[in-house]
Amino acid sequence: MSDSISPNRRSFLKSVGVSSLAVASAPVWVQAIQAAPVDDTQQSLQPGEQRITLKVNGQAHTLNVPANAILLDVLRDRLQLTGTKKGCDHGQCGACTLHVNGTAVNSCLSLAVSHDGDEITTIEGLEKDGKLHPVQEAFWEHDAYQCGYCTSGQIMSAVAILNDPSIGSDDSSVREAMSGNICRCGAYKNILAAIQSARGKVKGAS
Amino acid sequence: MRSFQFDRAASTEQALKAGQSNQAMYLAGGTTLLDLVKLDVMQPERLVDINRVGLNRLERQDDGSVRIGALVTNTTLAQDNYIVQAYPVLSQALLAGATTQLRNKATTAGNVMQRVRCHYFRDNVSPCNKRKPGSGCSAIEGDHRSVHAVLGTSQHCIAMHPSDMCVAMAAIGATVHVQGPKGERTIDFLDFHLRPGDTPEREHALAPGELITYITLAPPLANSLSGYLKLRDRASYQFALASSAIIVQLQGDRITDARIALGGVGTKPWRAHEAEQSLRGQPANDETFRRAAQLALQGATPYRHNAYKIPLAQQAIVRNLQTLTGGVA
Ligand SMILES: Cc1cc2nc3c(=O)[nH]c(=O)nc-3n(C[C@H](O)[C@H](O)[C@H](O)COP(=O)(O)OP(=O)(O)OC[C@H]3O[C@@H](n4cnc5c(N)ncnc54)[C@H](O)[C@@H]3O)c2cc1C
Ligand code: SF4
Ligand code: FES
Ligand code: FES
Repeated sequence: MSDSISPNRRSFLKSVGVSSLAVASAPVWVQAIQAAPVDDTQQSLQPGEQRITLKVNGQAHTLNVPANAILLDVLRDRLQLTGTKKGCDHGQCGACTLHVNGTAVNSCLSLAVSHDGDEITTIEGLEKDGKLHPVQEAFWEHDAYQCGYCTSGQIMSAVAILNDPSIGSDDSSVREAMSGNICRCGAYKNILAAIQSARGKVKGAS
Repeated sequence: MRSFQFDRAASTEQALKAGQSNQAMYLAGGTTLLDLVKLDVMQPERLVDINRVGLNRLERQDDGSVRIGALVTNTTLAQDNYIVQAYPVLSQALLAGATTQLRNKATTAGNVMQRVRCHYFRDNVSPCNKRKPGSGCSAIEGDHRSVHAVLGTSQHCIAMHPSDMCVAMAAIGATVHVQGPKGERTIDFLDFHLRPGDTPEREHALAPGELITYITLAPPLANSLSGYLKLRDRASYQFALASSAIIVQLQGDRITDARIALGGVGTKPWRAHEAEQSLRGQPANDETFRRAAQLALQGATPYRHNAYKIPLAQQAIVRNLQTLTGGVA
């Protein structure tokens, strides 16, 4: 795939580095990560491909994709939005959770072609105007991760849960609603604390 | 993952037309289908996306029953105010299944059509009569502790039906509405899923190319209490080892009517008619409950690793009844 990796992501990683990750102070968001718009309109469709439009984090992309392309892979490989992770690839771990039209779903069990025209929000789309989403901040403050692999999925689920009035606000309701996000490192205690602390700071987040 | 032709249908007519070609399959939430296509256990040549055919409405009928569009998601159905109030057992069963994200994708028809969780079926190499008729059943002599049945099994397949939602529907009573090339028909929910018998590869009563359009629930049993109890290896996000969906109607401390269905133990969502019958007219006490539980599992066949499911399912009945009737001793 020839789409260039957004330089913003690279500079973000460099400038945040290890030292500032270790400091539990309010994070400084360096630069937004936005996928450069992809427009395949000029490319002729290959056999088996379909042309779709995905609106990802507010940015429209026109893509020629094979019918069997999985949404998760298209986001990661074509749009270089690698914040959404692939854990199990079978709907079991929640690492690939993102929002489709505001609803949290597993992107590993979604065909890209099924989402033509849909609005997709990934972890990269949560920050607004250089400021982390309250749930991202809460994860930071509560150290709600160890290796971090499950974190983007955890956060996407958490945001959806906090926005859903039908899900109870007590700890056991939150745990139950979050049970589709497995954390191999077992950071559950801090994840729960982070989510509860972000309650009330979230509205219309996705 | 294998390649396939993809069509998005804008109407049921379009879906049906595309659905008639060889090895075509309807794509709803994709949580069973894409999982199994990735494993190459399901091998469609064409996927017909039915998410936008307009079958996503939930309609309350004049008699209090509900017509559920095939594409209504498990989340929508579980959270609907009327379902919560009139069919608590259904809402509870749905919420006991899978995860928040999966229920957001999973649809009513897709849930009914979900495949077994038998690991030999899923591994795509072991002998498995369901996947490859005549190849044998690896589970009977192999591991069958958690996702295999004790009711409705045959010497050719012992995989349990994994759905929670379907257990509630079996208790409530429901009708599956189907459209096919030859027109519309209805199938009683209890006749929809098939026992494995000699043909474990045949799991349901749909003919190739037929599309589920709606499921209608029977009207709620008047003045009834209902609940779903799911017992599993961990408290959340796990398939049932045994579960019970129970609806009871009480007059004072007497049971006037009841419905019982079991999950986790049957090769199909398992309605326990005899057990229900034994409850009618009886006082709501442990003796009554235990007798019903006994009857429900009467014909069970234990296998080496799953005999524990018989007392477990009995407990799922007794405890559910105790809770519903207010812990009468
Ligand atoms: C990790 C995991 C855990 C799970 N845990 C549970 C659990 O605890 N309890 C539980 O009950 N379930 C559980 N499930 C199963 C889940 O409920 C089903 O996968 C889901 O309900 C299937 O619905 P779908 O819309 O995604 O179906 P799809 O995957 O889209 O379709 C499934 C099948 O149904 C057919 N189909 C779909 N719609 C129609 C229609 N209208 N007419 C005819 N055929 C149709 C498809 O062709 C396909 O063969 C789990 C699944 C996963 C992946
Ligand atoms: S139990 Fe059924 S699904 Fe499992 S191996 Fe035997 S035949 Fe296959
Ligand atoms: S990668 Fe999608 S659920 Fe694990
Ligand atoms: S932080 Fe490592 S998997 Fe959750």
